[in-house]
Amino acid sequence: MSNISLKDQYINKTRRDFLKKAGAGVTTAMLASGITLMAYPDPALAREPNEGVDPTKRWGLLIDVNKCTEDCNECVTACSQENGWKLDGNPAVDSQWIRKLKIKNPKTGFEQTFPVMCQHCANPPCVDVCPTGASFKRADGIVLVDKHICIGCRYCMMACPYKARSFVHEPLEDQKSHAPRGKGTVESCTLCVHRVDRGDQPACVDRCATKGHGALMFGDLNDPKSEIAKTLATYATKQIRADLGLDTGVRYQNL
Amino acid sequence: MALPIAYSSINSGKGFYATLALLAGFIAAGAAAFLYVEHHGHVVTGMTNQIVWGLPHVFAIFLIVAASGALNVASIGSVFNKKAYKPLSRISGVLALALLAGGLAVLLLDLGRPDRMIVAITTYNFKSIFAWNIILYSGFMAIVGAYVYMQMAKGMEKYKRPLGILAFIWRLALTTGTGSIFGWLVARQGYDAAIMAPLFIAMSLSFGMAAFILVVKYTGKATGNLLGSKMTWRMGRLMGIMAAAVLYFTTVRNLGNLYAAEHAGVEEFILFSGNIFTKLFWFGQILIGGVLPLVLLFAPNKGESSSRVTLASVLIIIGGFAQLYVIIVGGQAYPLVMFPGMEVSSSFQDGVVASYMPSIYEAALGLGGVAISLLIVVFAMMAFKLLPRDMSDAALDPHHAVKAK
Repeated sequence: MSNISLKDQYINKTRRDFLKKAGAGVTTAMLASGITLMAYPDPALAREPNEGVDPTKRWGLLIDVNKCTEDCNECVTACSQENGWKLDGNPAVDSQWIRKLKIKNPKTGFEQTFPVMCQHCANPPCVDVCPTGASFKRADGIVLVDKHICIGCRYCMMACPYKARSFVHEPLEDQKSHAPRGKGTVESCTLCVHRVDRGDQPACVDRCATKGHGALMFGDLNDPKSEIAKTLATYATKQIRADLGLDTGVRYQNL
Repeated sequence: MALPIAYSSINSGKGFYATLALLAGFIAAGAAAFLYVEHHGHVVTGMTNQIVWGLPHVFAIFLIVAASGALNVASIGSVFNKKAYKPLSRISGVLALALLAGGLAVLLLDLGRPDRMIVAITTYNFKSIFAWNIILYSGFMAIVGAYVYMQMAKGMEKYKRPLGILAFIWRLALTTGTGSIFGWLVARQGYDAAIMAPLFIAMSLSFGMAAFILVVKYTGKATGNLLGSKMTWRMGRLMGIMAAAVLYFTTVRNLGNLYAAEHAGVEEFILFSGNIFTKLFWFGQILIGGVLPLVLLFAPNKGESSSRVTLASVLIIIGGFAQLYVIIVGGQAYPLVMFPGMEVSSSFQDGVVASYMPSIYEAALGLGGVAISLLIVVFAMMAFKLLPRDMSDAALDPHHAVKAK
């Protein structure tokens, strides 16, 4: 923040003021036939757009499987509403950024349900295999797809051990301005990066808490004072397919 | 000293224009399929979020793998100095380039964003084996292109062998890269095996040889310049050895998977319970693509037969497609194991065998790629003097006449 010049701060302020005055929704201007300049309203951010991501942080989730109930699908609904993807009657091709998984031990009959999404690995195979670098990991550990350089080869989907990624098979309508998607590109859970950047927690975590389950906890894994780090230090937790050595940012308790 | 080999171009022959029209028709159908999928999205194909690579990838990888193998004849001539193969080096190099071009066309046109081809060429993630392959393919084009040029240009004789050796090493690297696209997928139980690299090398040697034999024999027949039966048999037996190598690596790979409990599920699926994949494995790959060609080529007391080589080549190509279908689609159809020993279910088809029915558009795109390859070969044969004017045994093999006496 201290590196930002007064001039930059002024520009940022006037830009925000302009956007506020422009009113709700997206501001668009036709520059020429076929070329449209779009600007999105930008509410007060926890992080300025020209401020780098904090590499000392490692955002993560802790999912307490015991608190997750089988008939509840609220985290999935919240994600769908927040990010604009939806199950549209064709589950084989519709995007699913988060899904409820049910596992059953066939020998004992013991069952558990819990959500699975992008596990935001520290060593993500999707990032390794992506030929163009569209799959990338932010300095704070959030794994994302740059929709502008994704060529839609789907190799990341082959490489992901969690089936966390979806390919956009159909033209899209009514996208959320904070969660851009693109036909012919790959997408997955962004850990609600737009909310995290303004100091909020992901939509699924919020909704789970609102519904009184509190099965999902979000926080900085690197900060020993954070609740998530303290819980991880106190209780036994698991990573799915820990054998692959990916160091996932999403952990499970009581799994 | 033997007379220099005379080469000629072709511009006529039995069914020449019919062949051109047929190939153009397939390319038009492939182009239409591409535009349709590009407009509507991949929802109109059989591919899903479970089977992300389908029939187009089977065609593309077959063509790319065969491209490297089509260079066999040129390599044997330049690198291993077998004189009888040298006159066929030009067409060998051109066929290799054409097959690669066709395969890459299918691969690129199946992308979700084919309009971003320039991104794929200019933006690299150097850790990605996929990106390495883009470099390997481009390099193959450049090296083999130069190699073919040196063979045809006057006074460039001295560069032929070094370039031939470079091309030989490069093609081994290329197929290693293609096999490793699958072999290095550690997350999936159906892949995750370093043996995929040598397996793909053996596949390339076998499929490429089959494609070469069929193209040269067909052209020779259509233009009344028959490929000598001795030479055909020699190349056929060589192809048979490569086909045996494919069976060998397949056996080791499957035995290795059976041994590891971790991989037993997917192995049981492919070998016994996988319906279409099990049938394609045993009947397509093993019987049609492996055992039958070996019987045709190595059965004792049967003598040499040019037509048996043709049949074996066709069978090896059919078996090759079956094998790639089992590897590519079968490997994805088996559910990803996240919780070993557990039954898993979800709205995202976790824990269930994914179904895949290729659409007509995928088939049209794949066949269009094959047609692109073949049309490039025909145009190249029209534009350049690629084939020896006389492909009889006596003309090709300096030792043939001696042996005949």
